[in-house]
Amino acid sequence: MEYETVIGLEVHVQLQTQSKMFCACRADYQSAPVNSRVCPVCLGLPGALPVINARAVEYTIMTGLALNCSIPRLTKFDRKNYPYPDLMKGYQISQYDLPIAVDGRLEIGDGGEGRVIGVRRVHLEEDVAKMQHFPDGRGGNGGYSLVDVNRSGVPLMEVVSEPDMRSAEEARAYLMTLHSLLQYLGVSTGNMQDGSFRCDANISLRPAGSDEFGTRTEIKNMNSFRSVFQALNFEVGRQRRVLEDGGRVVQETRGWLEGRAVTVSQRSKEEAHDYRYFPEPDLPPLDIAPDWVEQIRGRLPELAPERCARFCRDYGLPLYDARLLTASKAMADYYERAAGMHPAAGTARESHAKQVSNWMLSDLARLLNLENRDIADSPVSPEHLVELIGLVDAGTVSVTLGKTVLEEVYASGAAPRRIVEERGYTQISDTAAVEPSVREALDANPRAVADYLGGKDSAAKFLVGQVMKLTRGQAKPDLVNQLVTGALERRKNEGNGAADSANQSKGAGAD
Amino acid sequence: MPLDRDQVIHIAALARIGISGAEIDAYAGQLSGIIDQFEVLNELDTTGVEPTGHAGELRAVMRDDTPAESLPPDDALSNAPRREGQFFRVKAVLDE
Repeated sequence: MEYETVIGLEVHVQLQTQSKMFCACRADYQSAPVNSRVCPVCLGLPGALPVINARAVEYTIMTGLALNCSIPRLTKFDRKNYPYPDLMKGYQISQYDLPIAVDGRLEIGDGGEGRVIGVRRVHLEEDVAKMQHFPDGRGGNGGYSLVDVNRSGVPLMEVVSEPDMRSAEEARAYLMTLHSLLQYLGVSTGNMQDGSFRCDANISLRPAGSDEFGTRTEIKNMNSFRSVFQALNFEVGRQRRVLEDGGRVVQETRGWLEGRAVTVSQRSKEEAHDYRYFPEPDLPPLDIAPDWVEQIRGRLPELAPERCARFCRDYGLPLYDARLLTASKAMADYYERAAGMHPAAGTARESHAKQVSNWMLSDLARLLNLENRDIADSPVSPEHLVELIGLVDAGTVSVTLGKTVLEEVYASGAAPRRIVEERGYTQISDTAAVEPSVREALDANPRAVADYLGGKDSAAKFLVGQVMKLTRGQAKPDLVNQLVTGALERRKNEGNGAADSANQSKGAGAD
Repeated sequence: MPLDRDQVIHIAALARIGISGAEIDAYAGQLSGIIDQFEVLNELDTTGVEPTGHAGELRAVMRDDTPAESLPPDDALSNAPRREGQFFRVKAVLDE
């Protein structure tokens, strides 16, 4: 039977505020000493009262607006009860039936053929404490856990999609688009490794064409775009096998095990999901003033789709380039700095803009990808890149040598001009300087010469390569071409006898 | 509305409280009494009254996003029954 995959995603995003959600402790817990960002409120001490962080609400409204949500006038917080030591109070302050933003949508994929994924709600809650488990104990003490409360109370925004995605690819595209959007808005670092951007997925299969949903499972513990993609693909296969064998999918939570590349059941006791939500008595409901919402709307930054259009318009870039360059804010910011700089003398602005794009999307992207490094941390600054493009444009170095220089700038962080000077990487455009290398290459490769004289024109290419090698890539390629061909033609005209004897040796030097 | 023994056991498990056989019956009686008190509220006619999550008139109380000093870690840990270094130490939690 043909099955259709149905996926909905819940994304938890730590907001980049200065202080926590309900108290004034600093929210930068990542590198803070254990239990140093805590106070009576986030420790859940009796009598402590929470007060809502206005900036966190503002960021959530801003995200809601960017996701085309409506922002209801009335919103409130609720208590979600569950007993677990990562919750100091025994409950988490969250939002149940009146979230800050509702009924939005996010367009994924590339422009024209984009799919629209519904966003059910965006709500605000608090993060929980960090636990370390020692199930077998240490020092014969039996099992125990250690708790660091620093993360407890950090503002956590949850974006819940509609079950509108139909494949792991779409789920990944949605996540990447949402991730990029949050960075454009500047509301979160979006760092997946340190848990600032976390994703859970609900996934089910149903017979193709059916309107009813199948039984779903919830997948947790995916901490990269890649693991989301792999885990969902695995789960599609697993559920299909269960259904094809005449079985029934069990509604449960499953954890993704990165090392084994499988999802496994994490079924816990049923009552663990009896959250007994009720309105938070310590926090009065929030009346979101429409003019506050309009103020925030007015402050929305330029987002990826508009920026992409502007890149095409202002820099004359092809749509393909503009899309790739605006996929992340850091990339687009880098591009604008480099493209906006004064181009090398004699280079048109548009040509400069396109060259910046070419270098970024090919050679620089390759270097960054090798190390999985974000462009924001690129050792090659926009200034470096523009300087390098200037050196290539001026003919100081060839394009090929330029790529080598880029690698060295990447490795050392030194300026391109300095590398070119220190390494003596200047392009040789002087005939007298190249000619000795041409003679040397021809003398060292009699077979290739013979092949050329015997009519195999491609042998010249091989000899050009040899000259480039001898000049360490510094000779101007078209000059070398011209000199090699000239020298070969001269030999051809000089004496056919020598050529004939060399021909009989059946050289294969050009291969 | 009387609570039965199973409901009491369920509630105790949610609250992580261990209770024994005789206690179950005692709590069943007491909890049923509390719930009956709420039944009294149900006798009020609330037709036309808007539901509310909050009895007070306060709205939109928020603070600026300004950080302040936290507690010194030793103060934060001073009432902890068990600690290890600067961590709170708790019984093993194995079901997750």
